[in-house]
Order: sequence, then structure tokens, then C-alpha cells
Amino acid sequence: MRTVRTRRLVVVLLLGATLCGTAAAQQPARSVTEETVHEVAAQLRCVVCQNLSVADSPSEMAQQMRAIVRERLAAGERPEQVVQYFVDRYGEWILLSPRPRGFNLLVWLFPAVAVAVGLVILTVVLRRWTRQHRASAATPSTLDAAMSERIRRELERER
Amino acid sequence: MRRAWRWLIPLSAIPVLALLAYGFRTNPRDIASPLVGRPAPAFALTAFDGTAVSLEAHRGRVVVVNFWASWCYPACYEEAPVLERAWRTYRDRGLTLIGVDIQDKREAAEKFIRDFGLTFPNAQDLTGKVSVDFGVYGVPETFFLDRRGQIRAKHVGALTDEIFRANVERLLAEPEGKPGPA
Repeated sequence: MRTVRTRRLVVVLLLGATLCGTAAAQQPARSVTEETVHEVAAQLRCVVCQNLSVADSPSEMAQQMRAIVRERLAAGERPEQVVQYFVDRYGEWILLSPRPRGFNLLVWLFPAVAVAVGLVILTVVLRRWTRQHRASAATPSTLDAAMSERIRRELERER
Repeated sequence: MRRAWRWLIPLSAIPVLALLAYGFRTNPRDIASPLVGRPAPAFALTAFDGTAVSLEAHRGRVVVVNFWASWCYPACYEEAPVLERAWRTYRDRGLTLIGVDIQDKREAAEKFIRDFGLTFPNAQDLTGKVSVDFGVYGVPETFFLDRRGQIRAKHVGALTDEIFRANVERLLAEPEGKPGPA
């Protein structure tokens, strides 16, 4: 009889503890806006898609990844920490834009360098063309007198 | 001076072409996992038969974690018999094989297990947390864990008997206390 009562008490206590535990677990540590979730998800590559972010993909995997992002933010992680969690598991491949450091700098600097080099080439070529044009306009006609005379006669005949 | 300019423009294209040639030769699906050499993320799932499946329970054994899905045809269909064969060969030699079914319908997954007569524990990763923890980006993917719970190798795509044997024999041959390469 006594053991039954003790067992019942244990069961009640355990149930209470479990309920408190689940209630605590379900309570989000802080409210997370959809905007923040989107901001993090937009930086991450949807792993099962071709060139789509986790924010843009309707795939089940992306939905689950968004849920993980939301959950980690709710648990109090900063957006950078959530991004780092994914980088630790997938490598920098998971980031849609590579971090500007090391070899990756090439991707960031190359377009600027290419535009600068293009502008220099354009300037040089344009200056050369205008110089040539000006030179040819300034040079007096080198036709000799005999040739001019001939052209004049030919034109006369045409009339 | 003029001649130098004429050569400079085509020459400047060479590094760009070289970079493109290198880029197009690499396989974009071939992504090195940063997890190799690191401790495997812990997980606890419920198998299709209702039993608990956790990594912690198998510490001290060589563990193979295989991610699959019933819609993953043909790769998962090709490797299912390989896995079952390997399980029967190595289960008594200190190997644990765990199948993790991802992005799947329960009925379809259960049919897959029945069709291939799989007898090793298989569980569904309903939230996707285990797959993300393992950095899984497709199926099938297989992780080989040493006795200390470190991920020592990752295989992307269908397994063959040879690949399975090579990885598992190497890990089984290691004594329990031997530290793996960092």
C-alpha cells in the first residue's frame, strides 16, 4: 500500500517536472521577427537548389533551415552566430556572397580593377583617335599642282 | 611603345582565361566537409520500429551514419543492398550502422526498408536538424565515425562494397584509444 502511494507520488512529481520542462522549452527566449529570419536566411545558400537562397526557396529543406534559423535566434543567438553555425557545418560554400578576405578578395576586387583598366584603355584610345583626326584635319592638302589641274579638267568635262 | 600596347590587351586576358579554365574543371558538387576530423554532432532519433537511436549509445564502436531518402533514385536504391550486406558482415565486429531518412514521407520510407529488407536501425529526421548538423546537402551521404566519435571520412553518392570495406576496415583496425588525425 505504502509503495503504491510512493509510486503515485513519484509519478505525479515526474509529470509535473515534465510539464514544467516542456513549458519552459516552448517559451521562446525572445521574440524573433520574420525580417530578422529573412535577413539571415537570405545570406545562406539553399543546399538542394541551384543558386537560390534559403529565404527564397520553397523546398522542404529550406523550410527546415528557416525553422532552425528562427529557433536559434529565439534561443538568443545573434544573426552572425546563426550564420557561423551553418558555415561550421557546410563551409563557406553555404554563403551566397563569399567573405571578402584571402583568395575571395579577387572576386570583390576584380570587377573594380577591370572597370579601371577599361577606363584607362578607353581614354588612351580616344585620345589617340582625336589626335590623329586633328592632325589629318590640320595638314594641308598635298596634291600637287598638276593633279589639281587634272581634277579641275575632269570636273569640267563632266559638266 | 605601340607594339607593347598591342600585346598587353590579349595578354591581360590570359589570367582571366586561366581562372575560368580552373573553375570549370572543378566539380561544383564536390564540396569538402569542414566536419571531417571533428567530433560528430550528437543526435537522438526514434527509429521506424519505435526504438531509440542515438549516437551516444554507440560510443566505443565504429559508427557509419547514412543519409538517404526513398525518392533518391537511383543512388539510394543502388547502395541499399550494399549497406545491408555490410551490416550483416560487420555488426558482430564492432560496427554500428544508422540510416537517417530525410525529406521523406513515412509510408514511402517504410516501403523502401521493406523492399530492401533492411535490418539495421533507420530513423526519420523530421525537423532536418540532424541533416543540417551533419552539413548534408543531398542524398545519399555517408559519414564514417571512429570509436571516439570523430568523423573521419565523408562519402557523397552511392556507396560500393569496396568503399564501405576500405573505410570501415581502416577504422576497425584502430585501437580504441588511438587519437585520429586532427
